[in-house]
Amino acid sequence: MVQFALWDIFTFLLGAMRWTVLLSLIAFVGGGVLGMGLLFLRFAQWRGAGIAVAWYVQIFQGTPLLMQLFLVYFGLALLGMDTSPLVSAAICLTLYASAYLTEIWRGCVNSVHRGQWEASASLALDFTQQMRHVILPQAARVAIAPTVGFMVQIIKGTALASVIGFVELTKAGQMISNATYQPFLAYTFVGLLYFALCYPLSRWSQKLESHRLA
Amino acid sequence: MIEFNFSVVLAQWPMLLRGLGLTAALTAASALLGSLLGTACAWARLHGTAVLKQVVGGYVELVRNTPFIIQLFFIFFGLPSLGVRLSVEVACVLAMVLNLGAYACEIIRAGLLATSRGQIEAAMSLALTPWQIFSRVVLPPALARIWPALVSQIVIVMLGSAVCGQISAEELSQAANLISSRTFRSFESYIIATLAYLALAVALRQLLNWAGPRFIFVSR
Repeated sequence: MVQFALWDIFTFLLGAMRWTVLLSLIAFVGGGVLGMGLLFLRFAQWRGAGIAVAWYVQIFQGTPLLMQLFLVYFGLALLGMDTSPLVSAAICLTLYASAYLTEIWRGCVNSVHRGQWEASASLALDFTQQMRHVILPQAARVAIAPTVGFMVQIIKGTALASVIGFVELTKAGQMISNATYQPFLAYTFVGLLYFALCYPLSRWSQKLESHRLA
Repeated sequence: MIEFNFSVVLAQWPMLLRGLGLTAALTAASALLGSLLGTACAWARLHGTAVLKQVVGGYVELVRNTPFIIQLFFIFFGLPSLGVRLSVEVACVLAMVLNLGAYACEIIRAGLLATSRGQIEAAMSLALTPWQIFSRVVLPPALARIWPALVSQIVIVMLGSAVCGQISAEELSQAANLISSRTFRSFESYIIATLAYLALAVALRQLLNWAGPRFIFVSR
């Protein structure tokens, strides 16, 4: 039987962790852009747009991420697209992140005092100018801590991409576990690596929150 | 043109229903035990000894900063090498309880912290024991305060239970997997399972919002 040195296992997992980080970044940036678009739609007071966004959020928050991944994976194939696990996972996690981020930011925009909307309207700013110059800068201060906190949720969410066959940290852990017959060791390592990614972000988010309230 | 065929999937309804039943059972068991664990941990983080506070704090951070699927794999695949062999269902419930317990701990702790000092002093002046003060005076209003957050977390844990199919627990998502490989109608299978989850999430939220004020904390 082939023996694996601990160091080999560790470096293999670290290599796979790069894909976890990459997928998280794609989902966070893509979800941020899309979520911002949805945020504008939600406050634009176009007929039906706000309700449509609310439904979009409700669907993503009311169904398991695992099912969303399967649906995107098989749905894209149904549309005749040649889907790689990375593309499917990136699209799905982007949509997932956009739904959560737009909902987080909606709360932050709502926390801005009504008078700010009225004052900026009385200065003849249009909706986009109001959002860009008056509302969002104030909402951003409230938004930073929960947004950083949500990054932790995205990183943990990327673990499910292993199920559709994308080789990131979790899938690499499964492969190590199958190759070495040491699941305890493999999943302990994987768990610690996720912890090393997520814990600093959690702490940062908590610190930002306490600074804001102080 | 894409043609959908939902009828072959729906023809497998007994399997879907069994899956739904197991998802509901897993959720019920872990919601109950997880909330109890969360309450105990919240108490320990506020009133426990220094060592206990450290241990519980470590547990909470460890669970909240690792993915649920890794926790589940660790319990189901990793623990047997330490001599702990669990059945699939027990492993799922244990993973869900430990997961919910950590999040519930932080939620309930926030509720406990918001108790005003005067309430506790009034209870002490009535010669209530520390346990009576916690269980009768501090805990019920704390739960009432954080109930919406706890309900959301329980719904999140229910949705997370879809991952349990990965260790072949025959819950709803696994039923969809099996039907998909039987009928070759993957997209339709997952659409139906997803809609079932959505309905379950809405129903669970309604149920808990209704039950909370009536049975968990009696609001007057």
